[in-house]
Amino acid sequence: MSRPVTVLDYGIGNLLNVVRALEHCGAAVTVRERGNACMAGIERLVLPGVGAFGDGMAELSARGLDDLVKGFALTGRPILGICVGLQMMFEASEEMGEHAGLGLLPGRVKAVPARGTDGQRHRIPHIGWRALESATQWRGTILADVPPGERVYFVHSFAAEPAQASDRLADVHYDGVRICAAAYRDNLYGCQFHPERSASTGLSVLRRFLAL
Amino acid sequence: MSHIRIIARLDIKGPNLIKGIHLEGLRVVGDPHEHALRYYAEGADELLFIDIVASLYQRNNLSDIIMRAADQVYVPITVGGGIRSLDDVSRMMHSGADKVAINTAAIARPQLVAEVARRFGSQCMVLGVEAKRVAPDRWEAYTNNGRERTSLDVVQWVREAVDRGAGEILLTSVDQEGTRRGFDLPLVQEVCDAVNVPVTASGGFGKLEDLTAIEPTGVAGVAIADALHWKRMTLAGIKAHAAAAGLDVRQGVPA
Repeated sequence: MSRPVTVLDYGIGNLLNVVRALEHCGAAVTVRERGNACMAGIERLVLPGVGAFGDGMAELSARGLDDLVKGFALTGRPILGICVGLQMMFEASEEMGEHAGLGLLPGRVKAVPARGTDGQRHRIPHIGWRALESATQWRGTILADVPPGERVYFVHSFAAEPAQASDRLADVHYDGVRICAAAYRDNLYGCQFHPERSASTGLSVLRRFLAL
Repeated sequence: MSHIRIIARLDIKGPNLIKGIHLEGLRVVGDPHEHALRYYAEGADELLFIDIVASLYQRNNLSDIIMRAADQVYVPITVGGGIRSLDDVSRMMHSGADKVAINTAAIARPQLVAEVARRFGSQCMVLGVEAKRVAPDRWEAYTNNGRERTSLDVVQWVREAVDRGAGEILLTSVDQEGTRRGFDLPLVQEVCDAVNVPVTASGGFGKLEDLTAIEPTGVAGVAIADALHWKRMTLAGIKAHAAAAGLDVRQGVPA
């Protein structure tokens, strides 16, 4: 049975691999570029994202998609933000100046610290396969099928810092520095890692999202 | 202990997966698609496709190969060879690439690095470098798959490219490439020290000890071709050895 999902295209980066991965997991994908029509008929929403936060927010609002996401969030139906998509769900980012986000979750997006906890500079962007650590119970969430310690693929220079600890779903440690790897509250989910690029582990996350 | 990605490198000429020595003397290995799927199944952390004649003929034939692979491969895909413009990058991204590696065109017009980073993000802009040793501690950047010299000093060039927005370096040693004699460790060390972005070393992997030897340089990834193509080793075997030696790697999937 195919599961309907709407992926937002706001003209930044590349949706192709997100769409393909969702389809591989049994989704019937609709790509949406404008927010003008009503949101009826959307069962679940994916907000992908690469590139800069400010550009992403500017494009979302130019297309009316910011209001669509905010309105959809109130319906209680599931939303998944990926990478910058997750970051935009928070209140603001300091990437290249101060930019307001969608404000669905309290917290700010900040630069990944330039040094590890040993005081040594480490490489930025943070790129690589790192182990997901549980920040809260994963049962019933998109990470339900992920054994803690399983690695997923990250590529980012900024990361969300949820204001409320209960909004953290998973953490990752980069040279000792704790980074929010996944966030959630009620129907809102976000992954800082790329489930569409994280092999079978990532696909299990998308399958769970499609089953919500 | 820094994390190291193990990347399968596929050099492509026309429809074929090929392998050479010093980027020359090419032998056909087989069907790139078949190999790509095998490496994905074995747990490759990333696939790297390079069209090795593209710059020479000013064209790039990879989009069909990438399009097919990306349909079944759910790890990052990097594509290089003959990418000269934002349109070329866009075409590769729409075929399924996550990042592009640019060498020749970036040297011809360094501003391209900034343009790609601005439009697609730094995470997409991998600087390809073909380095040839010209003195005991000096390397020159080459273009067109190791054929043409540029007089650019590799260390200075990677610094400049990172300043312009390159988010990652793919560093190929022309001297070591295809020789199975180990990585050019001083080269990798110099480049890792010169820039703060992740560096992937390519060229020379021949035995499992080469991984433990390169780890202290701070390298973020190693690209392996020959050992995989000729089935001398598997990704699962390489990763198991690396983990046993204390390196921070993602486990492979034993066949």
